[in-house]
Amino acid sequence: MSTLWTLIEHYNYLVTIFLMMTGLYIVVARGNMIKKLIGLGIFQTSVFLLYIEPGKILGGTAPILDSAFTVYSNPLPHVLILTAIVVGVATLALGLALVVRINEAYGTIEEDEIFAEDSDA
Amino acid sequence: MKAVWPHLPALQVVLPLLGAAFVAFMRRGRSAFALALIVTWLMPLISIALLWQALTGGTISYHLGGWEPPWGIEYRIDALNGFVLVLVSAVSAVMMPYAHRSIAREVEEHRQAWFYCMYLLCLCGLLGITITGDAFNAFVFLEISSLSTYVMIALSHDRRALLSAFQYLIMGTIGATFYVIGIGLLYILTGSLNMADVAGRLAPVWAENARAVIAALAFITVGVSLKLALFPLHSWLPNAYAYAPSWATAFLSATATKVAIYLLVRYVFSVFGVAIDINALPIAEIIIALSLAAMFIASFIAVFEANLKRMLAYSSVGQIGYITLGIGLSNQAGLTGGLVHVVNHALMKAALFLAVGAMAYRIGTVKLEQLAGIGRKMPLTVAAFAVAGFGLVGAPGTAGFISKWYLAVGAFDRGWWLLVFLIVGSSLIALVYVGRVLEIAWLREPGPELANAADPPLAMLAPVLALTAATVYFGFDTEWTAGIAATVAKALLGGLR
Repeated sequence: MSTLWTLIEHYNYLVTIFLMMTGLYIVVARGNMIKKLIGLGIFQTSVFLLYIEPGKILGGTAPILDSAFTVYSNPLPHVLILTAIVVGVATLALGLALVVRINEAYGTIEEDEIFAEDSDA
Repeated sequence: MKAVWPHLPALQVVLPLLGAAFVAFMRRGRSAFALALIVTWLMPLISIALLWQALTGGTISYHLGGWEPPWGIEYRIDALNGFVLVLVSAVSAVMMPYAHRSIAREVEEHRQAWFYCMYLLCLCGLLGITITGDAFNAFVFLEISSLSTYVMIALSHDRRALLSAFQYLIMGTIGATFYVIGIGLLYILTGSLNMADVAGRLAPVWAENARAVIAALAFITVGVSLKLALFPLHSWLPNAYAYAPSWATAFLSATATKVAIYLLVRYVFSVFGVAIDINALPIAEIIIALSLAAMFIASFIAVFEANLKRMLAYSSVGQIGYITLGIGLSNQAGLTGGLVHVVNHALMKAALFLAVGAMAYRIGTVKLEQLAGIGRKMPLTVAAFAVAGFGLVGAPGTAGFISKWYLAVGAFDRGWWLLVFLIVGSSLIALVYVGRVLEIAWLREPGPELANAADPPLAMLAPVLALTAATVYFGFDTEWTAGIAATVAKALLGGLR
């Protein structure tokens, strides 16, 4: 019973882990390159949640130096994740650009069809 | 000069970054190359000054923007990363003159300037990973170097390069994301991102939350191992190296995997090692087992490879096995051997890939069957290939012998006799694949398609010969390689709990 309670208390981590595994599974299981990139995006997004969650304190405010406020939420994870989001966008953009070029060169974006084409040549 | 001196750590990273920004506005490959050459040649001056400061005056701590660590980002240079900085900057400086003609041949004209832009960004990222003392900053630099690497690979003529770049992008991003998950866990546990500060705060956390610390260690190790192509996480490497432009292959094999190895050493020894009893975890056994698998299986695949660049790529996976074997042994001689092999392998593989690039430049192919008799047409290139190749085998008189000697002594100190034989035995596989190439290159009659082949122009030949000379030189004078590596290994092992 206590294990169940711990799980419910940390439901946010369960969501994170679920998204993480979903993303990773799509990357591994799908042969379509666009779907792979979508999976990669979900995988990266789950990490954003992993960072943001522990920064939040119930009832906490932004870190304002004033005697009226004593409980602060940590703003640093948000800053870190802004950087990570930029990295994620760049990765996705580059990945999609590569898929466009691959489609021009091979005429398909299915991995098994591309491998078949390359082994013929 | 006085005003610049204290800011050398920032300049080491900022100069290539600014250079990349300038190059991005250039259209012509030639002017882009000229600027990249100037920036690249400045890099070793800075890194040697930094290493000298770190060796004589102790660890350098540079506070970016004047913010005190652990709040601000700290650039922290000790003997270990000073050593890696010198390696990366010096090898790229030696290789740079080669780039112009080779890239002009292998990358389309309107894309050449972009290639140099990506190269400078990659250099910035690699130096940044090495110099920074901040875990998240290292992630950002890791992604800067990785994203630019994917583009460098994809700029090749060959359409298979696009596919390898895409596969590398998927694997590399998974690796980098694993690394971020690991440092995220560390941040949740310790509240800090400064590596030295994390190491200091980890000991009490270890007592309370051992499982979370192990999870963080596992995520970081797997993430970084993907980047350094530890067997069996190497699947991206052979295709990426085989189809990238020749010069990019040589640059990446000499620097990118080496920097990832540095990151692994840093985390295992300076962050986790000082806080927890790392020998109580099975990490050394796992690393040694995987290293042995790499040394045998990857080298064995190399023997049957028909494409010379792919053969050398598989050989890289095998040689990385020797480096990680040294990390796994984690005693004085073993770790020295691993670290010195980082330098020696970088020199040898750069020389080999550049020699192969010169063949590609002259005859447009690197298929083994079409290289018959090339040793008579390109004598100096193939001679350099042979010398550096014997370095891979670990023949006495080459740098490779020094690394394998230390590794064997390390295994012997542990009392693992069998391991000593395995190190020697796996070297013999290298003899087979290097010998096979030399047999084809030297002993067969050259075909008609090689009629016009000759040694490449001086700008391409000189880097090959310089790197080959270095592999011989460091086989005799080991003060600057094994000497510093031993100092570093002593400091790392002395810090272990």
